[in-house]
Order: sequence, then structure tokens, then C-alpha cells
Amino acid sequence: MAFVTVERPKLAWHEKIFLSTFVKGLKVTLGHAIRTFKTLRGSKTVVTMQYPEQKWDDQLPEHYRGVPALVTDEQGRERCVSCQLCEFICPPKAIKIIPGEIPSTDPWAKVEKRPAEFDIDMIRCIYCGMCEEVCPEQAIFLRKDYAVTGESRAEMVHDKKRLYEIGGVRTGLVNKWNELK
Amino acid sequence: MELFLANLNLTFLIASVVKVIFLTFMVIMPMVAYSVYAERRVSAVIQDRVGPNRVGMPLTLLGFKKDLQIFGIGGLAQPLADGLKFILKEDFTPRHVNTFYYWLAPCLTIVPALLTAAVMPFGSELNLEVLGVVQPIKMVIADLNVGPLFIFAISSLGVYGIVIAGWASNSKYPFLGGVRSSAQMISYELSLGLSIIPVLMIFGELNLSKMSIYQDANGWLLLPLWGDGLSASRWILLIPIAISFLVFTISMFAETNRVPFDLPECETELVAGYHTEYSSMKFALFFLGEYAAMIVGSGLCVTLFLGGWSIPFAPVLSKLTGLQFHFEAGNTPLLTGLLHIGTFFAKVFAFIIFFIWVRWTLPRFRFDQLMKLGWLVFFELALANVFLTALLLWLVPLK
Repeated sequence: MAFVTVERPKLAWHEKIFLSTFVKGLKVTLGHAIRTFKTLRGSKTVVTMQYPEQKWDDQLPEHYRGVPALVTDEQGRERCVSCQLCEFICPPKAIKIIPGEIPSTDPWAKVEKRPAEFDIDMIRCIYCGMCEEVCPEQAIFLRKDYAVTGESRAEMVHDKKRLYEIGGVRTGLVNKWNELK
Repeated sequence: MELFLANLNLTFLIASVVKVIFLTFMVIMPMVAYSVYAERRVSAVIQDRVGPNRVGMPLTLLGFKKDLQIFGIGGLAQPLADGLKFILKEDFTPRHVNTFYYWLAPCLTIVPALLTAAVMPFGSELNLEVLGVVQPIKMVIADLNVGPLFIFAISSLGVYGIVIAGWASNSKYPFLGGVRSSAQMISYELSLGLSIIPVLMIFGELNLSKMSIYQDANGWLLLPLWGDGLSASRWILLIPIAISFLVFTISMFAETNRVPFDLPECETELVAGYHTEYSSMKFALFFLGEYAAMIVGSGLCVTLFLGGWSIPFAPVLSKLTGLQFHFEAGNTPLLTGLLHIGTFFAKVFAFIIFFIWVRWTLPRFRFDQLMKLGWLVFFELALANVFLTALLLWLVPLK
């Protein structure tokens, strides 16, 4: 094994009693203080983002995991078939689904099921994205919204209406509408 | 009873009460609050952060154009918000503590710190003839002839607060903090006391107001540039004075438990030290006590070495401008008196900024280094300095 002997630096007397080093340190901190103070004066901070006024929103990456939401397709049909896979996979058990039947009079009765109720408790949600990953119908997605607030626990539970509101419309082929299948 | 009432000096009594209330609640308390704010802002800019800048003085609500800001920096109401938070927080007393001493400790920390302010001359005289007060009022609560001794006697009681807090908390980190603190404060009290003996020898005086008056006329101890200060003996005496100043200032850092000597409450080792188990207003009292001690310490340092309330080059300025900047017993205009008060607090404030600046510059000493510095360096240095001053005073006596 090769040894590397690191010499202790030879200090002058004024460095040993912290005299010159102390002044040097004060100079460094004062430099930082003055530089930062100058940038602060016009509220033009270089590093710190002044949050409510400045936001990252337009710089969020594509894979950002925000709040989960349900989506409809171009024709306003619910993509979710209430298979409850997301409910089962959800690690903190934030999702609660009550499945409902699509009445036979509906032109899309062939899909058979849609959620009667779909609640996501945003206090429990950990934004892991497993629901999105497990969904066979590409009905649930993690959006880029991140500021979820509410004044009560009940308010923090997103119901079906709210989830579709956040999710909006998403285009693209989903097999279950296909007449031939 | 009648004799007692007849002998009662009503002006003196009212003036004293007003001074006590003014100094404690209108100067020291807000100064403590704003030192904490300054600490947060200065530490922030030193570390390239922003610091608390949101809680502004909302003058816009009152119809002003802009919120109140200093140098374009907001957040000036932060101390008020902090205070409100401390009052509204739950005052939690853990089950395992010794309740009586646990409650006593915060009071024992803040009371000595505020008591010592009594002998601090924070201004020269206020000539209140406009209000019908005939005699000018001295701007010191108690004009004791043993000023520095009183301060040392009372401020050394402050260690009891910390020791009792550490012991009564009945938990290991506060206990270690209390033990460390008592060792540290007792050690540095020696060098602190010894370091000002040369100064007292030079003044030949133990009254802090008279020291200020002397420095006003004859140049500050560290800035002997006018009056008798221009004599050779004063310049030769600068050597022991500089040593005194160094030892005093550094010991004061240790006495007030500031970085680099903040071992009683070093966060990395002792959680929060002696006040780990404290919450809400009791914790705030420790905080207040610590900062009040800092302010009084700075005040003492300013009074002893940097001329107290005196304006630099005051006699020279008076001669040049024709206005009176220096102090003249019984003949100081009201404006000059007010200016003296402002000067004193400006100096103290500058000192506190220096405290903060040092805190965010230096790392913490090890405990053995701290003890070694106190007992093997400063104690001897201060002691030798006493003899050096005596020798110099004998060789080149002051007028």
C-alpha cells in the first residue's frame, strides 16, 4: 500500500494566533455580504427564487410528478373503467373508487364500467406515480400542478369532478373505444 | 413618614422611573429584537441567502406610497412577528423537570442582563428647560461610583440562570451545556475583570459617566487625537490599552456565549445546550438575556475604550463650526444631549454588527482550546498588562 504523507502547512506566527487568518476570514465574509446585499437591494436575487412572484412552472421537466388527475378523451368520454388497479397499487392508500355501470342505453355501453365515485386524498398522496404506471387505460396521469392547498381535510380530498377538472382532455388512441375489439 | 415625604426628591424619582422605562422597554428590548433581526439578515447575506424579507411595515395600507424599507430591504416587522410567535406558542413544561428551578432559570438569565444596564451612561445630559425642568438630567439611571464593579458583580450572576437551567432540565444535553457554560464563564470572568484594571488605573476613576466625560474632552482611550490625548504619555499608554481592549473584547465573546466560544449551546454536539428543554416565552427569555448581555457588554466596551457617548473630535468640531458638540457640565444644549444618546447607541449597534460578523466568520473552538486560551494566555496577558501599565504610568505619568 502506497503511503502519502501529507505535510502540515507551515504557519507563520500571525497565522498561528489566528491574527491574519481572522482578518482574511472577515474579508471573505464581508465580500459575500456586500455582493449579496447589492443584488438584494433591487430584489433581483441571483440564486434565491422569490417564490410566489417567481415560479419554476415553465421550466418543469416533462417527467415532473405533480398532482394525479383523471382525463377524458377528445369526445368527452371517461377513459377510466374503474378496474381499481390504481386503488390496489397505491402505496399510501390515497385512492378510493366506487365502480359504476354504464347503462345499456348508452352508445358506449360496450365499455360496461366507469367510476361512480373516484376520490384521491391529497393529504395521503405521495406523488409516486404508480397509479399512472399501472393504469391499463391511460386514464390517470400525474400533472404538473404542485400547489395543492385547502383549509380542511375534506377540502383536500379530490373527488371525481375535481379530478376531471384538473386532468382535462387528452388525445391519443385508447383501445377500449375501438369497435373491432 | 412626613419627614420621609419631605425628603423625597420627586424630580429625581420621576426622572429615574422615566429613564428606567425608556432604557429597558424603549431601547434595550427593541434593540434586542432588532439585533436578532440583524443577526438573521447579516448571516443571510454572508451566506448568499436572502433572509426574512416578507413581514414588512405595511405603510401602503395607511395610504403611503411604499412600505417602510431600509436600504431597499424589507422585512422590518419580523421581530414583532417573532415576538408574537413566542407569546402564542405552547408553553410546555416536560414532566421530568424540577419545576421550580425550571421556571426560575429564564428569569435569572434576563434579570442580571437588564440590571447591569442601570449604570451604563447612555448619554451626557438632557437639558429639559423647555419642559420646565430646571436641572439638566443625567442620562444614566444609577450614577454609581463603582460602575464596572457593579456590572461584573451582577453579570456574573447570569451564569446561575444557565447552570440552573441545565440542571433543572434533568436531561443530559442541557446538563452538559450548563456545566460547560459555568466553567467557561468563570474562567473568562478573570481575564475580563483583569483586563479593565489598566483602564481604571489610567482613568483613576470607577465612575462610568466621568470616564465618558474625560474621554469626551481628552480623546477616546483608543483614539487620543484631541485635548490631553495628544500628550506623549497617552500615546505610550496605547500599548497596554490595545492589549486590554483585545483581551476584553475576546473575553466578552466568551462571556456572552457567542461564536467562536458558543460551547454551552453548540448545536452540533448538544442539540441546543442548556435551553434544549425550553419552549415558547421561556426560551425567548434566554434569547433576550443573551442578546441583552451582548448589548450591555458592548456598551461597557464602548464606554471604556471608545468614548461612550462622546462624538469623535467633539471639541475640535465645536471650535471649527461654532456649534457645541462637546459636553459641558450644566451647559449642554438639548440637541447635543440627544446627539450624544444617538452616538452611544450607534457605537453599540456597530459593535453588535461586529459580533454578528465574527459569528458567521469563525468556526467554534474545541473546549480544551477554549480553556487553554482563557487560563494560559488571557489570564497571564491581562495580569502582565496590569504591571506594564503601572510601570508606564510611573515612567510617564499622566497630567
